[in-house]
Parts: sequence; structure tokens; C-alpha cells
Amino acid sequence: MRASGHRVIGSSGEVRARRLFGCLLMLALVLALTSCSRKPESGGELRVTIKTDPKTLNPLMAEEDASDRIRYLTGGVLIRVNRKEQENQGELAESWKVDEGGRRITFDLRPGVKFSDGSDFSAGDVVATIKAALDPSLHSPKGDPLRAGGKADVRALSGNEVVIEFEHPIAGLERLFDEIAISPERVAGKADSSVVLGPFSVAEQRAGEYVLLKRNPYYWKKDSAGHQLPYLNAIRMYVLSNRDTELIRFRQGDIHLIDGLPPDLYEQLHSEDSGAARDLGPSIESEQLWFNQVAKAPIPVYKKTWFRSRNFRRAISLAINRSDLARVAFRGHATPSVGLLSPANKFWFDQNLKPIPYDTNAALDLLKQDGFTRTEGTLKDRNGNPVNFSLITNAGNKPRERMGSLIQQDLQQIGINVNFVPLDFASIAERIMKTYDYDACMLGLTNVDLDPNGQVNVWMSSADLHQWNPAQKSPATEWEAQIDKYLRAQASTLDRAERKADFDKVQEIAADEDPMLYLVDKNALVAVSPKVKNADPVVLTPQTYWNAEYLSLEK
Amino acid sequence: MSRARWIATGVLIAVFVLALFASAFAPAPYAKQFRNDTDHPPSTQFPLGTDELGRDRLSRLLYGMRISLLLAPAAALISTALAAIIGGAGAYLGGTWDRATNMFIDLFLSLPWLFLLLTLRALLPLDIPPFTSVVVTFALLGILGWAASARIVAASVRSIRSSEFLLQARAAGCKPSRLLFRHVLPNVKPILLAQFWISVPLFILTEANLGMLGLGVTEPLPSWGNLLRELENYTALRHSPWLWVPLLSLVLVVSLFQFALGTEEPA
Repeated sequence: MRASGHRVIGSSGEVRARRLFGCLLMLALVLALTSCSRKPESGGELRVTIKTDPKTLNPLMAEEDASDRIRYLTGGVLIRVNRKEQENQGELAESWKVDEGGRRITFDLRPGVKFSDGSDFSAGDVVATIKAALDPSLHSPKGDPLRAGGKADVRALSGNEVVIEFEHPIAGLERLFDEIAISPERVAGKADSSVVLGPFSVAEQRAGEYVLLKRNPYYWKKDSAGHQLPYLNAIRMYVLSNRDTELIRFRQGDIHLIDGLPPDLYEQLHSEDSGAARDLGPSIESEQLWFNQVAKAPIPVYKKTWFRSRNFRRAISLAINRSDLARVAFRGHATPSVGLLSPANKFWFDQNLKPIPYDTNAALDLLKQDGFTRTEGTLKDRNGNPVNFSLITNAGNKPRERMGSLIQQDLQQIGINVNFVPLDFASIAERIMKTYDYDACMLGLTNVDLDPNGQVNVWMSSADLHQWNPAQKSPATEWEAQIDKYLRAQASTLDRAERKADFDKVQEIAADEDPMLYLVDKNALVAVSPKVKNADPVVLTPQTYWNAEYLSLEK
Repeated sequence: MSRARWIATGVLIAVFVLALFASAFAPAPYAKQFRNDTDHPPSTQFPLGTDELGRDRLSRLLYGMRISLLLAPAAALISTALAAIIGGAGAYLGGTWDRATNMFIDLFLSLPWLFLLLTLRALLPLDIPPFTSVVVTFALLGILGWAASARIVAASVRSIRSSEFLLQARAAGCKPSRLLFRHVLPNVKPILLAQFWISVPLFILTEANLGMLGLGVTEPLPSWGNLLRELENYTALRHSPWLWVPLLSLVLVVSLFQFALGTEEPA
């Protein structure tokens, strides 16, 4: 008799159960082991957008956004600036060495790399591509920064070693090679991104419709488990300029990733699908306002006197409520600016800069020092001229138009009447670049380079984009001369700490003199479909697919 | 006058009073930004809610109506008068005059006015006061908006000119001025009125679009046109039905105008 609840050891049922348990355990073990090294879902076509047709598929000639994104996805480069860490990392170059005070760089090339057509990659390809980039007759925008080093001697020392010697040193030389996609020697300078060393190559282009990139089967990179990258079969880049349509197609699942969402569209998406909309925090793009200080500008002399006064500019800066600009104009997706660089530029941002307070009393005190008085709610200068100025910006940019209205009311508080005029972009360009017929302008100058050298075209007094007083033959003010001096100093040393110290000085002078009133740093807003695996958006372009080779699609 | 017409006239007068004395009825100044209450839904403090800058929508609607109700009909009057003079005169005189007028109208319609407006904006001083900018905008709309109406007026006059009653009047020895004022104009009047009523909302909407070129009503001044620009945000429209109020009020006012001043059908 067997009592219920007791088991008879060694019965046939027990044996079967133990075998079954053993089998299940083995199966679980096998599944666990295979899943550890299983590669993510391969295949599939990732769909993204570009705003315009690419002007060129030649990676050395890429300049505008669409061409540059294609260059990024197709081009194999010697050194890559890691978009997440913001540090240089070896790609086609396993290692490199900069010496001779920044005049010479030597690359050790990665062995066994092939182009997308299966042909071997060699030092000759690197030499031919760099020579093409340096060729003045090609006018390569990617070669421009390298040509700043004067004459260059490019040669292969061996099958996997290339050396480039410049006449003059170039600060931050390594990062320039992030932009130069190596092409086969036979097509260097006239490549079309169809035979490449990057993860994808251009397979098809339909003007006004799309650019199709297909997987490079010979791509050199493998994942940590040794699987061949990229995971995706293709990337289709739709040509789509309308942001509303882009969002609709994203919602329909027709587009997987969106970079640089405007705040209004971000809010729309966030209210419907909070997981897909991502705010990555401050980007390196900021919004600025500057006053016209050009000597020959056709504006009244008394206005020029105001605009050249450091106290006046500082007072305006103090009277603008930057927190409200970020909160109201950008729906909370921006951060009040501290200076000319955003904190998103991790290394070069000057941590010593203090936030600019919103303080109308301090603003009025500064204006008083310059002889301004406020009577019956109107601010007047020492000659009795009421303080008013026009503020232009490009029409159609909603956050910017909202900022204009907010600034208008902020300055009204200290008695300044602002005539806010949104204009079409061509008229703005005409006024700020040619006729100089404007009082103040508000725009966003996009930073594309983390390195301080990327600021030279704005902050050197001789630069064309030195907007408040461009193309000066010699610095118009002592502080501009100081900025020129520190910019040159940072460019002439290889020591990163020294460069940082010099560029910190530039940031501090800029913050003290306020020739450009930095208003807000825009947050990087993106949309990522839940179907995309391994997406790790960052603030630098391309924000959502900087690691395209690791992206995969859920089936 | 019919009862419907009395009611329409009464409501229109009420709307005009509201708009003209906006400062007395508006809950807040039209430019005042309540920055902690942006995109606020309707409440007792803000009966139509607030816009993206926290400005009271009802106040902006009342002030915006005042500008648009005064200036859009004025612009429509200019354009309809030009259409009547140019289109009507050419067709009435007939022959070479008619052909020349037609060519002129076609040429006028084919010109890229957008670029003219851009050039004009570039030439205007930046410190032009907002109200002057509004007047200039509507005056331009009136001066440039006559051509499409002129073509319709010309077709109508052409048909009247070849009608039997005019032939008989001419045969009876009527003077040209009598022919024009007693026989042609009364018959063209309904067309002119229709063109006028079509032009009013058209100019209000065009003014809104010109804002994109920096030529329309400039901030912070409200107009019906720039209030209608909020309708671009279709997602907000789904969740915030009060955004439809400027559009509905525009439709209502234009309909009331037609009721109140339109030609009454004979019983």
C-alpha cells in the first residue's frame, strides 16, 4: 500500500521524469549558450530621411548635410571621431603618431581590409586619396583644413605605413582624417561612393525620391562575438524636406529614425509615443543675437555708438530671460547658453563660465553708466534718442519667431522698443553679408566641429563670418585683437591642455564683451522606432545612426 | 428688408462694436505674455485659452478682428473697383481695347508677384511701425489682387454688350453714359459684389501667408490672418477645438456680410 504523497524511488515513472528533466536542462543550456553568441536580427532595410538630394556622391566634395551623411555611412576613414565619446579612434589606421611639432603624421594601416568590390586596400589608396584632397584644383572642402598646413608630402613607407609631412603644424590634425573617406587609387578624387571601405555603399539614386545604400559584404569590422558587420542589408534615405510629413511617415512605420526634430513635432510625438521621442539634452547647436557694429553700415551713428558699447550689449544680455526662451520658445527642449560653446562639447567647454542671470536692475545700472535714462517707460540715450532697434530673423522658424516675441517683451521692461521683423533667408543674407542694413540679427550658427579650430571662421576678426563686424583688415578693438592672439596660440601648439587654456581665454573674453549674445543651446531631439535595435542616439551628427553598422531591425 | 437680413445686420453691428471697442471687452492686453500659462485651455481667466506665448486668445481675436474687419474690406474694395474699371471698360469699349485689356490681365496674372513682394519687403525700412506695415500690406493686396476679378467682370460686360436689350437701347438712341450707368452697371453689380465677398476672406488669408515673408502684420500686433496660422498644427486642432474659433468667426462674419448687404432675390 502506498500512501498518497509518498514516492516510490526507482519506479519507471520516476526514471522517465528524470530523463525528461535532463533533456530539458540540456536544451535550456544549449539555447542559453547559443543565444549568448547569437548575432542580432540581421537583414532588413533601415529607412531614414535626408532633406535634399545629395549634391555630390564624391566623398571629398561633400559639403552640405545630405552628401555628408552619405559620406559618413559609406566612407572608410583612417581615424574616426567617436560620436559618443567624442574621442579619436583608429579605423583603417590601427595606430598613428603625430610628431615634428604637429607637422608629420604616420599611419599604421589595418591589414586584410578590402573594398566593397572585393579588391584589396593598400597604402597606395591612402596616398592617392590624400593627394587628391590636397589638390588645390579639386577644391575639396574636406581638404581645405589640411591645405592650411601648406605644402604636404604624402608617401607610403611600406605596404601598410603612410606618412604625411606638412610645411606648417596643424593643431588637432588627427580629427581632420575623420572627414576623409579613402577611395580606391584608380578613382581617387572622382569617386562616387559605390566602391567603398565603409559599412555601406551607394547602390541606387533616384533624384527627388531616395538614395539606396547596400551592405558592404567585405566590411572589415566585426562585432564582439566575431560576427560580420553591418547587420543591416540596406539603408534607404528618402529625400523629404517637409518635417510634418516626415513625422507622419515615422508614425506609420515607414521611417525608422529622425534626427533633429523641431520642438513642436517632438512634443506631438512625445504625447503619442513617449518611448520613440528622445530628448538627448544640449546639443552643440546654439541660438545667437548680435548687433551690427560694421563701420560703413547705413544705420544712424547714435545706434552704432550703442551697439559698440560693451555696457549696452551686456545690459541687453542681462535683460533677456534665457530660461523663458528655453522653456517657452523651445517647449523646454533647450538650455540657457553660458557662452560660445555648449556644455555638450565635453572637452573644450570652459567650466569656469558662469550662467548669465536675468537681471533687469543690473541691466539698467549698466545702461546708466553709459548715460541712458528711462523716462515714462522709454529708455533714452544721453542725446535724447529713444532706444529702439529692429531685430531680424528668418521667417518660418517657429522657435526663433517665438524667441523674437519673448525678447521684444523682455526689453520692453527696460524701456527698449524692439521692432521684430522675420524676413526670408535671402533678404537676411543680403543684409548681414552685403548691405549691412540692419540693427540686430538673431540666427543659429551651427557648430559642426568640436575642435576650437572650427570657431576660427567666426571669431577671427578677419573672418567673413565674424558677423557683428566681418572681414576686418586689422582688429577693430583691443579685445578682438586678444581673441585673435589666443586663437592663433591654440592653433600653434600640439599640447591639448595648452590649447584648452588658450581657448578658455577666448571663451572668457567673448562672454565678457558679448559681441554675440548666446541665448540657448538647443537640445538634440530625435525619434527612434522601437523596431530599431542597438540604437544609441548622441548629440553629434548623425545623431541616430552614427553607429549604423551595429543597428538592426526587429523582424 | 427681410427678417434674416435684420438679424444678420444686428449681429454684424455687435461684432463691429466688439472689435472697435476691443480694449473694453478684452480680458487682457493683446500682447501681454502670461509665460506660466502657455497653451492654456479655456478657463474663466482665459475664455478662449492662451497661445504658445501665453497671450490671451480672446483678446487677440478681438483686436485681430478690428484690424482685419477694417482693412480687408478696404483692400477688397480697391481690388474690385480696379477690376470693374479695367475689366469693365475694356470689354465695354470692345475691339482693340478689349483685346489689349485681356492681354494686360493675362500678363498681370502671369507675373511672379511673390518676388515683387519679396523685393518690396527688402526695400521697406526695417523700423517701419507695425500698423504702417499692416496698411501697406492690405493696400498692396488691393492693388495687386484685381486681375482675376477683372477677367470675370470683362466676360460679364462682354455678354451684356452683345445682349439684345442693350442693342435695343442703343438703337433707341441712348447715350453711352446712360447705357453704362442704367443698363450695364446694374447688371454687373451682382458679379462685383460676389467678387468683393470672395476677396475679403482671401485677403485675410493672404495676409497670413505674407507673414511668412515678413510682410504681413508684424508681432505683437494680432490679425485674423496670423490667428489662422495656428490651424497649421493639425494635432493641436484635434485636442484643442477652441483653436477653430478664429476660423469659425471669419466664416460667420463673411456670411453675415453676405446676408446683410447681398442682393435680395425678387420674391
